[in-house]
Amino acid sequence: MSAQELEVGQEVARRTFPVHRADLVRYAGASGDFNPIHWSQSTAQAVGLPGVIAHGMFTMALAGRVVQDWCGDPGRLTSFGVRFTRPVVVPDEGTEVEVVAVVGALDDGAPADGDEPARPATVRLDLTATCAGVSVLTRARAVVRR
Amino acid sequence: MAVDQSFVGRTYPPEGVYEVSAEKVREFATAVAGAGSASATGGPLATAPVPAVHVDVDAARALGHADVVAPPTFAVVLAQRSDARFLADPAAGVDFSRVVHGEQAFTHHRPVVAGDRLLTTLHVDGVRVAAGNAIVTTRNEIATEGGEPVCTATSVLVVRAPDAEGEGA
Repeated sequence: MSAQELEVGQEVARRTFPVHRADLVRYAGASGDFNPIHWSQSTAQAVGLPGVIAHGMFTMALAGRVVQDWCGDPGRLTSFGVRFTRPVVVPDEGTEVEVVAVVGALDDGAPADGDEPARPATVRLDLTATCAGVSVLTRARAVVRR
Repeated sequence: MAVDQSFVGRTYPPEGVYEVSAEKVREFATAVAGAGSASATGGPLATAPVPAVHVDVDAARALGHADVVAPPTFAVVLAQRSDARFLADPAAGVDFSRVVHGEQAFTHHRPVVAGDRLLTTLHVDGVRVAAGNAIVTTRNEIATEGGEPVCTATSVLVVRAPDAEGEGA
């Protein structure tokens, strides 16, 4: 990904992920997050949710997957943050989450200067994730070393 | 029951070493690979292919890593385990079934790779009330046994009031 080819505002990746309850069970086991709102319909509804919802971290991980597939190496992400705005409700028949990555900022970096350490050249990707037409992540940003 | 604001500023020292295994990296990477498409063999029980950097040490080394690399959200495994020391403390007053995730951020000082032996220090950075919900901010500083910083994981958790709107995940 040469910097010359990138422009702020440019869409660099778009991908739709199917999400089923089996994915949430698999993620619960792998992550150790067994909160029953992610697998028990009755528990989810008892606490006022419309139904079983995906782990926010599962949705964030899908967004991270889009970033790393684009840059080719998960080791190039220097920071990654999201705000979870709406839950991803996952009915029995499953749903879909679409992730779009747009260039949000370009930083050419700088050499070390006095007490300031060198700053690597980076690109910031601004991510959106939607489910059933509703935005489920905001302020989703990943900074990637170029 | 309200979340006890006197916990703000508390630090929990590491409880023990978390050794990152190649199999755990593979398991986590598989779990976040995305589901197989409904039309593919296996339907919803299948997963999409896992990137080689998570499962093939040669592919990871070709990118300059010492061993297979964890996905960029893997540190949450350590962070959530660490957070539980605060969240599961009855004195803190957190109803776990009402907890949803508001925000999450990772600063990667370097990637997590298999073979890492990591220590996690928890800081309770904030507890505040907004619209009846309790907003809890935690920060986990993850470092090697030798003190090399690896990841800073910051979480904002929302403990929803009984009549709260469904926000967060």
